[in-house]
Amino acid sequence: MNHLMIMPIVIPLLTGAFLLVMYRYNIGRQRSLSIGSTLLLVVFAVWAVLQAGLTDYTLYRLGNWQPPFGIVLVLDRLTAIMLLLTALLSLFCVLYASRGSDREGSHFHALLQFQLMGINGAFLTGDLFNLFVFFEVLLIASYALLLHGGGRARSRAGLHYVIINLAGSALFLLALGILYGLTGTLNMADLAHVIANAPEADLPLLKSASLLLMVVFGIKAALLPLLFWLPRAYSAASAPVAALFAIMTKVGFYAMVRVFLVVFGLDDAAPANDTVMAWLWPAALITLALGGIGVLGAASLRTLTAYMVIVSVGILLATFSRNDEQLLAASLFYLLHSTCMTAVFFLLADLIGRYRDNGYDRFSVISPLSHRWVLGSVFLVAAVSMASLPPFSGFVSKAWILQTSSPLPDYLWLWAAILISGLMIIAALSRAGSGWFWRPEEHSATRALAIHKTRPLDHARTATVCVMIAISFSLALFAQPVMDYLEAATRLIYQPSGYVDAVLGDYIHPGREMTE
Amino acid sequence: MELVVAITLGMLTSTGVYLILRARTFSVVLGLTLLSHGVNLFLFSMGRLTTASPAVIGLVENYTDPLPQALVLTAIVISFSMTAFVVVLALKAAVELRSDHVDGEDPNEDRQ
Repeated sequence: MNHLMIMPIVIPLLTGAFLLVMYRYNIGRQRSLSIGSTLLLVVFAVWAVLQAGLTDYTLYRLGNWQPPFGIVLVLDRLTAIMLLLTALLSLFCVLYASRGSDREGSHFHALLQFQLMGINGAFLTGDLFNLFVFFEVLLIASYALLLHGGGRARSRAGLHYVIINLAGSALFLLALGILYGLTGTLNMADLAHVIANAPEADLPLLKSASLLLMVVFGIKAALLPLLFWLPRAYSAASAPVAALFAIMTKVGFYAMVRVFLVVFGLDDAAPANDTVMAWLWPAALITLALGGIGVLGAASLRTLTAYMVIVSVGILLATFSRNDEQLLAASLFYLLHSTCMTAVFFLLADLIGRYRDNGYDRFSVISPLSHRWVLGSVFLVAAVSMASLPPFSGFVSKAWILQTSSPLPDYLWLWAAILISGLMIIAALSRAGSGWFWRPEEHSATRALAIHKTRPLDHARTATVCVMIAISFSLALFAQPVMDYLEAATRLIYQPSGYVDAVLGDYIHPGREMTE
Repeated sequence: MELVVAITLGMLTSTGVYLILRARTFSVVLGLTLLSHGVNLFLFSMGRLTTASPAVIGLVENYTDPLPQALVLTAIVISFSMTAFVVVLALKAAVELRSDHVDGEDPNEDRQ
């Protein structure tokens, strides 16, 4: 058994606990501990990516229990790539926050570490109830992170966010209860095995459990009727927190992939999945359309970015609901790109807002801006990447999605939704950029010059954002190896029997008589 | 016994859902509590409803499944702590926004 595998959970847990106990540490030490922990996470995530490339499934049996009885962690390519994305994103968020945002309230770094523990655990676990527990860990940390810094807007958004997620947790438990009552197990591989051999009479209850799970993951991922908490919450959070939250909707997406394609997908017919996909497809398309409209109507860059998160969720879920191996690989590539770029925009909104005289990141306020050239060019490059124009990763990912979706039925709906929402993003971003950076401001030219002298550009913050954009660029540059890796990952996802065999080994489920 | 449990579950869930949909934070918190009680009871009953069969091997012929009880314990701890958190958050929001409406403002009060 390889103990390195549990490190992505243990490192943030220990760091977070240590930071909580040592809350009297000065902020510099807290920062270096937090940065050190996230750096270690990056190292382990790189190891995980290499390890998953060598062996398809790496198992970690907690307490060395035989899998269906104990909790098991499973590392495959999809998990590894999500771990790496989380680790890199959190590293940049911590670096950005260490320039001052972490002083708005206490315990920022401890909370962030607990959040990372929850996210990494949700990616690694091979047990449905354990998934629930890690969801709660990441949610509890995110409640506190969202409220970090205080203020009226955060209290209001936080209340909505907490209440809808508590209701979601109740539904999650109901779904788990139904599944356990029917199958007598909560291990994902064992569940897959039992569900594939379930008698006809159990089918309606299995369907209702899978639909409940769709609602739960839909709340996390911000699917259409459940997304109205997102714009307010994400735009109220402080910039590094919002950037870290860019991965949270993707945790919901990951859980959908894992649960519906592996747990419910072992049987070739997979009748429960057909119902779920039939609901997901229109809901995801309308989510996409609504996100596009929201992007056009947003009044500030943070709200605009929150709606771009919704657009990305719409694209991911629409491609997922087509249930195609190639398309899933393409949408995973889009996931990497969109997570990175929405995080960049949350940070950019804060960065530019700091150098505007007034109005922060609101579009309606005309305000002089210092460092127009530097910030303007960073914004331009980021916008080109976000709007999926060449030569950045957005272009590669969307082109790949369009190409692989073309042989499928109903592909025109997907094409129309993706292209029109892309056009709306281009329009909204060019309006925002031209309003901020091109508007003539003769009357305030001297004032802007004075501010330029008093407020020097924060190089660390700008560099963090630039490196993140560079990662998006390199994702396009090294697209081929990434695509190969993702195709191998989805091949595993679409062969759930391999997962079941790897986890269960020679254990054979004794049959349903035991549970009756 | 099944009927009693089913009626209790139905009452807890329906009153919980009704209260969650109310406009004031206090009733929403009560609704969340009732809903989580309902969910806990449901999880517990997933180990099948039997009498005189403890979750210990060797005492009786038909021992009951101990796993739902472990799941319920976890769920109770989480829902209890989250209720405490949401009470504090609702208080904080009520003080800061000067309103206990879930949206932070009463849409009818503005028009007066």
